[in-house]
Amino acid sequence: MAKRYATGTLAVEGVDLDIARGDFLALLGPSGCGKSTLLRMIAGLIPASEGRLDFPADAAARRSIGFVFQEPTLMPWASALRNVALPLELAGTPRREAEARAAEMLARVELGGFEHAYPRALSGGMKMRVSIARALVTKPRLLLMDEPFAALDEITRFRLNADLLDLWRAERFTVIFVTHSVFESVFLAERIVVMAPRPGRILRELAVPAADRAVPEFRTSAIYAAHCREVSHALAEAMGGA
Amino acid sequence: MRATRLLRWMAPTLLGVLFLAGWEWAVRAKEVPPFILPGPVLIAETLARDWSSLSVSLLITLQITFAALAVAASLGLLLAVLFAQSRVVEMSLFPYAVILQVTPIVAIAPLIIIWVDDVRAALLICAWIVAFFPILSNTTVGLNSTDRNLEDLFRLYGASRWQVLWRLKLPSAMPYFLAGLRISGGLALIGAIVAEFVAGTGGRASGLAYRILEAGYQLQIPRMFAALVLVSGTGIAIFLALSLLSHLLLRRWHESAQAGEPR
Ligand SMILES: Nc1ncnc2c1ncn2[C@@H]1O[C@H](COP(=O)(O)OP(=O)(O)O)[C@@H](O)[C@H]1O
Ligand SMILES: [Mg+2]
Repeated sequence: MAKRYATGTLAVEGVDLDIARGDFLALLGPSGCGKSTLLRMIAGLIPASEGRLDFPADAAARRSIGFVFQEPTLMPWASALRNVALPLELAGTPRREAEARAAEMLARVELGGFEHAYPRALSGGMKMRVSIARALVTKPRLLLMDEPFAALDEITRFRLNADLLDLWRAERFTVIFVTHSVFESVFLAERIVVMAPRPGRILRELAVPAADRAVPEFRTSAIYAAHCREVSHALAEAMGGA
Repeated sequence: MRATRLLRWMAPTLLGVLFLAGWEWAVRAKEVPPFILPGPVLIAETLARDWSSLSVSLLITLQITFAALAVAASLGLLLAVLFAQSRVVEMSLFPYAVILQVTPIVAIAPLIIIWVDDVRAALLICAWIVAFFPILSNTTVGLNSTDRNLEDLFRLYGASRWQVLWRLKLPSAMPYFLAGLRISGGLALIGAIVAEFVAGTGGRASGLAYRILEAGYQLQIPRMFAALVLVSGTGIAIFLALSLLSHLLLRRWHESAQAGEPR
């Protein structure tokens, strides 16, 4: 796939990516390398200039997408519950049922009891949880996340990372997770796709096998560090253009 | 915090009292005749004495003001929504709204009063013309300043135009609309008064502006001032009421209505 914006910028070129159902894939790269552009093409929010998107194994996935932006992107005039219920209500689910499912989802992201709080009253991490609950409330096949935790402090980010993994292990939706953090990508993803800028393209793909991740205290283990080093080298290559 | 809040009320009140006392003192000390400048005490007495006739005029002015404001608010909102739905409509109509706005109301009021038989309807139209634009332009800005990511989100979930308008654009535009309404409240009063000044000599209307004119001709200057006090008081009351409305509607979510008294 490729994307050229009306301004002439060639944001993404020659991207060819196979994603299997249930994958957790990270898109890693310096800023401006077309990660967001690629994700928005996958979501169908912008058309591709070249190439196309196929859902051979799971045609329903095309219309079963959850999207999490870098900012929580909540409606400030609506409570957490109403925010999470939005996708269901837009699809015509009766209000009462939508709210019941939204409340359930809020509890899943550990926000039980905050149903009636307005976004203004929530912390950055809590707002992000609401945003994730909203993305998951429709039980999507495909979850797209665009640097969702980049604006959060490290402690909050670690917790949200772990909670996201738990949710993914339980539901096994497919995740494409955009990040510019090496550590985050290694911690979360089984497949790490490193992108390089100008024009945005895929440089290399690395794997973090599930077996490696199974070690206790993965985040502080030697195997984690080894993967991080490997990914860092790939990223340096992407930035240096060497 | 408490101290500054107290100061916010105390300082202007104290200044006002000082000003009025100085005024009263000057009028008495220099023995200024009441038909040149009446003192505040005399004005208050006149207001109390003539209340029965003045209150009738006040009611008429209020009716025109609020009718004009209501029409301006609903038409402004409706037109802004129409603009948001179609760029062609916006591009073809917006210049005329601007023309309507920049033409001085005193210049067109006589024409409107000639064309429209019913004086009250003519006054209402004048007040509406003045009050209409801030609501239209503010709401248009509001409808166009929705969060782009939220718009994408609605698109992702296949929201209809109607859903986007009702659930996204209108709530986003609400603070802008209310800010416009606050400006328009005062303008509707000004429009009603100005139009009545133009029409009032015909003798058929009898709102507050007519009372001011009448008292002026008869050199009843204290009565003129009493009517003027009523006009200003009404303007302040309208502004405060609309500020309160805005505060109540937005306090749960909008930054402009953060805890504290309405601004
Ligand atoms: N709407 C747009 N119009 C024109 N150029 C854009 C647009 N969005 C992004 N770009 C350009 O495309 C390139 C990739 O942007 P983006 O996909 O946002 O990168 P990333 O998310 O990796 O930081 C950048 O050079 C950016 O300036
Ligand atoms: Mg980006």
